[in-house]
Amino acid sequence: MKWPHHISPVKTIEIPFNGPVIAVEHLCKSFGENVVLDDFNLTVAKEENVVVLGRSGAGKSVLIKCIIGLMKPDDGRILVFGENVVEIDHDELDHMRTKVGFLFQSNALYDSMTVRENLEFSLRRHWFRVSQAEIDALVMESLENVGLPHTAEMMPAELSGGMAKRIALARTMILKPEIILYDEPTTGLDPVTAREIDQLIVKLQKKYHASSIIISHDMNCVKNTADRVALLLDGKCYMHGTYDELEHSDDENVKQFFE
Amino acid sequence: MDFIAKIHDFFNETGAIARFAWNFFTEGLKPRFELKELLNQCYFIGYNSFPLVALTGFIMGLVLTMQLRPSLENYGVASELPMMVGIAIIREIGPVITALIFAGKIGSSIGAELGSMKVTEQIDAMEVAGTNPFKYLVATRVLATTLMLPILTVLGDAISLFGAYVGVNIRSVTSFHLFFTDVFHTLAYGDFVPAFIKTFFFGFAVGIIGCYKGYNSNKGTRGVGFSANSAVVLSSVLIFIIDLLAVQITDLLGLNI
Repeated sequence: MKWPHHISPVKTIEIPFNGPVIAVEHLCKSFGENVVLDDFNLTVAKEENVVVLGRSGAGKSVLIKCIIGLMKPDDGRILVFGENVVEIDHDELDHMRTKVGFLFQSNALYDSMTVRENLEFSLRRHWFRVSQAEIDALVMESLENVGLPHTAEMMPAELSGGMAKRIALARTMILKPEIILYDEPTTGLDPVTAREIDQLIVKLQKKYHASSIIISHDMNCVKNTADRVALLLDGKCYMHGTYDELEHSDDENVKQFFE
Repeated sequence: MDFIAKIHDFFNETGAIARFAWNFFTEGLKPRFELKELLNQCYFIGYNSFPLVALTGFIMGLVLTMQLRPSLENYGVASELPMMVGIAIIREIGPVITALIFAGKIGSSIGAELGSMKVTEQIDAMEVAGTNPFKYLVATRVLATTLMLPILTVLGDAISLFGAYVGVNIRSVTSFHLFFTDVFHTLAYGDFVPAFIKTFFFGFAVGIIGCYKGYNSNKGTRGVGFSANSAVVLSSVLIFIIDLLAVQITDLLGLNI
């Protein structure tokens, strides 16, 4: 479904952006004595899926929380569509966030709202002059995208883990973001559901031509979704390449993830 | 050493609460206003608290009258009972008891709700959805508590006076008209207005403490429980401190006659 012509977001990008949609440069972040990111660099091209692979506690979630502006890095630059997230003001950050979706590891569905209200929440706040009929159509489109059109009136507590993940994905996608950040999308799911989520990520990424950073240590998820894999080790981007390149690497630090 | 650390923590938290309250005025009251959510919160906080406030107010008026009667009879001034009860309820007991009940019900509910939203990353989700969670969650709740507690207090006072009327009639017969004529004959604006004004501050204290505790909850489910508990304890203490200050101010202004 295309957006009705009279619906427009708060602002629109007037100039097409041709560079990498995300460029992380010399990023540093510490918590007290614990250095999590230390001169980390990464770029994501348009319509590219980059999986950031690393051990638990390596700083993967910190990285994407810095990119979306939930955490402030100690040093370095994070360019999203060429704008430095670290330096922009709150209004510009809110505007940027309409183009960047974030799927939380815990799903973070608003538990006092129904599934429909969860999906409508972002729409109502960013897309003005939208009629109820148009909102309903967009909500149903999003739910059909994730294969759960019958759940609109359910509460988050009534959903299974896999269903909650799909609804969270539908909520993330409803504003049709150009970039999506996934925080461990398959953690805690059974292998079958995890594979379904992987397929959904790839399907929606292709449908909406989005770029993604996927944080994961689930090697099936990495294999199914990655155009490119970046290995986060000791706070740095230790190595990056395609899944096959990393799988056949002789480096001991890389091999341990593929064994 | 432990004692010094506790004093350090106390001043740290006091500063953080002051900053949080300051943010309410500088950030929370700026447009765009969350009117729909404010009305929702007024409904939940005000309307849903009314039955509890009404019940406790009625019992308070009834019990106060029954407890006062024997002492006043000893001094031969039982006829002054409506006046005594009226002044006690309107000036002090009504606002303070209503505020304490309100702190128990609403302070804990706000602390627990925001605390669980914090630990389940719902507040972060709101932020990445481009919504300012401080305005949406905190400003609306603080405004709702500030506006609703005075209304609840007025209603609670009225029901409490009705309870007192019932209490008077348990052991004697007084007409409804005579009882309330006696009550209002002795009450002046100086009794009602300062007591009414301080309830806005009580409401603000309950809202800001509940929100602060919930918003800064970060120790999992245990942290949520702690947030709810400490929101009630701290806002109750603040209610007494504000009450103490209000009495001093009204005294200085010559309104306590």
